[in-house]
Amino acid sequence: MIEQIREKAKELLASGEVKVVIGYENGGLPETTRPVFITSPDEVDRLVWNKYCYANLATFLWRKEVSSLGKPAIVAKGCDVKAIVVLIQESQIKREDVVILGVTCTGVGDPPLSKCPICDVNTPREYDCLFGEEIPPKTDINKFADVDEFEKKSPEERWEFWEEQLSKCVKCYACRQVCPMCYCEICIADKNQPQWIETSSHTRGNYHWNLVRAWHLAGRCVDCLECERVCPVDIPLSLVNRRLAKSVKARFGYEPGYDTEAPPPFTDFKPQDPEEFIK
Amino acid sequence: MSDETKTEDKPAAAEKEWQPRIIAFVCNWCTYAGADLAGTSRMVYEPHVRIIKLPCSGRIDVSFIIKAFEQGADGVMVSGCHPGDCHYTAGNYHARRRFGGFRDLLEFCGFDMRRVVFSWVSAAEGKKWADLVNEAVAKIRELGPFKEYQKLLAEDIWRKEETNSDRETG
Repeated sequence: MIEQIREKAKELLASGEVKVVIGYENGGLPETTRPVFITSPDEVDRLVWNKYCYANLATFLWRKEVSSLGKPAIVAKGCDVKAIVVLIQESQIKREDVVILGVTCTGVGDPPLSKCPICDVNTPREYDCLFGEEIPPKTDINKFADVDEFEKKSPEERWEFWEEQLSKCVKCYACRQVCPMCYCEICIADKNQPQWIETSSHTRGNYHWNLVRAWHLAGRCVDCLECERVCPVDIPLSLVNRRLAKSVKARFGYEPGYDTEAPPPFTDFKPQDPEEFIK
Repeated sequence: MSDETKTEDKPAAAEKEWQPRIIAFVCNWCTYAGADLAGTSRMVYEPHVRIIKLPCSGRIDVSFIIKAFEQGADGVMVSGCHPGDCHYTAGNYHARRRFGGFRDLLEFCGFDMRRVVFSWVSAAEGKKWADLVNEAVAKIRELGPFKEYQKLLAEDIWRKEETNSDRETG
């Protein structure tokens, strides 16, 4: 499979159709990979594809350092393609401005990441060329099993859990930096007039930051799990992300990352939206 | 700030009963006018609500709610025009989507959802506003201060002093 990807990358770069290929290369340590930006056809042999290709490279598509190189081609798993779809929906990139080299994937990580067993996009839903055997999407999966389980706890238990988790946060903002959806030029966490989110990493400010971070991803997060992977203190960020995904699905019947034409749920409304909580 | 020169008042201050602090974010066109009607009709309702007027319920960012708790609120009310009545056509429809999702998030994180009240109050519903405030105050009086969040404040050592004096005079 990697031979075909390299061949295609070489062809795209040589013909000048794309200026850069965003992919994975072997990392400095065994069993790791890191993002690589190939700009010359001679370098395509650096590209690799294996189960350690965790990173969601979609986050590089809108970054100025990368977009200034010219039109990109991107190696993308099904979950990464979901992120690209949301970026297209939100007009951050145009579909015709990116060549998607879709790879079919049966799960990354060793053992597989928690997102992989509940993945229904083993074959990317949007691509220009596909590498690997097509895998039919799973149908009998409950994406929110752990969310449902957590909701069975009492409010006090939930509060205690999050207080402990969020007290660990050091506000390194790695979750934001790695997120393909966090493309605001000035993040609310960086604004200081007025200062909405306190900068020091005490629990109160951590609550504000983590609630707002999760909230700003509501109906947008494609659960690529990158935030949780990079978190240096292992806060289960995807749990809150997925609670909001569940809420958006239940309330508005919407799941992000599947349809480039669908309006994002919080830019849209229906007169009959649920309002059971409003007096 | 408490008057520190009158030391003999201290026992009296200690006896002073805790009262709920509720912050209400309301829209200018309906709920604020509704609250105004309650006032001009001389309805008597609980005084523990502090009303903050905004142009539209669509202007109410979720950070406002978090910030209110951060600053020591025991409860938050959010109110705007009934669906179809928005001065800006659709602000309240957008707000409704937003609050529905955000409410689920707060609940998931263990917030007691009796502390956050969402409502539609029109300019003619002064009575409804007064009732909602009375109801919210009664509920929060029952629940007591929002200790969980205020504990987060107290853990912040360099703010400790300020927080305590705030609570006394609040």
